Amino acid sequence: MCTTCGCNDTQHAHGHEHHHHEERRIIDVEQDILQRNNLLAERNRGYFETKHILALNLISSPGSGKTSLLEETIRRLKDRLSLYVIEGDQQTANDADRIAALNIPVFQINTGTGCHLDAEMVDHAMKHLEPKEGAVLFIENVGNLVCPALFDLGEAHKVVIVSTTEGDDKPLKYPHIFREADICVINKTDLLPYLNANIQTMRENALKVNPNIQIFEISATQGAGIDTWCEWLTINQSIIK
Amino acid sequence: MHEVSIAQGIVELVEKQAKAHQASVVEEVELEIGRLAGIELYSFVFAMESVVKDTILAKARIIRHDIDGEGRCGDCGNVFPVQQLFDPCLQCGSYAVKLVKGTELRVKSIVVK
Repeated sequence: MCTTCGCNDTQHAHGHEHHHHEERRIIDVEQDILQRNNLLAERNRGYFETKHILALNLISSPGSGKTSLLEETIRRLKDRLSLYVIEGDQQTANDADRIAALNIPVFQINTGTGCHLDAEMVDHAMKHLEPKEGAVLFIENVGNLVCPALFDLGEAHKVVIVSTTEGDDKPLKYPHIFREADICVINKTDLLPYLNANIQTMRENALKVNPNIQIFEISATQGAGIDTWCEWLTINQSIIK
Repeated sequence: MHEVSIAQGIVELVEKQAKAHQASVVEEVELEIGRLAGIELYSFVFAMESVVKDTILAKARIIRHDIDGEGRCGDCGNVFPVQQLFDPCLQCGSYAVKLVKGTELRVKSIVVK
């Protein structure tokens, strides 16, 4: 038996690597599958912290009013704060156009068939947007309550937006995102008189999934509750500074 | 369909490891997937089959350990099995439950040649 590698062929020479690499070997990897995204997200987080930027990851189903909420927020805050927006959608620049109409720097990411934004896309967008020190950055994720829950972008807060028309059991149907988020905005409260949904039940369901979630009740189109939301944003931006 | 991204993440991670160990073929990939990790297993298996094509993992046997959820109650400290994310504590009924198992998404080991 060869005393160097333990095989039965005593004639072969050692010092050439490929012989050993024909052997079957077990490698302990023990690595998180999302590690690459998580590392990039931490890199983004470091960038935001150094520049005192408040970054928010807005997540909801399609049509819950993310862009309407942003439009109303921008109208009220743009004279006081530097605001930037990243728009994520599968197709079109429609949402970016709505934001650009308010004279706010916006970068549109089209994910094609992709169902979520990832940390690398946000990093790319930052290089285009170059946000100022002390800014507030809104990252409007692709309309989807499932996939964005898994991908950290480096944000300070994940904000889940749910509209009253979606039914008061939404937090129980999509618990992952309600667990990951620390802020919940219930939008379209002006429609409650016409719906079977009960806002109290919706609140209770959100708190069942995540007892620490902070809830805002808003009507982005009618303006109810927007002041409280804007006040929260202003305070949190100043804390970061 | 974030399962495709997850599958791609596995391929990238394994390729990197195999390269670092100067291996040319990956024979086995051992994964740990938590049942509460937000992965739809049906889609995941399909995604894996698709993304390994033409890679050094193409013929690898995928060994998957599905890990059951386990939570620790933040109020009474009870440790108990969790089936769904919003299961309350079995002892005191509190919803302040921290998941201690079931959210794993890991490549545990690989076998290479």
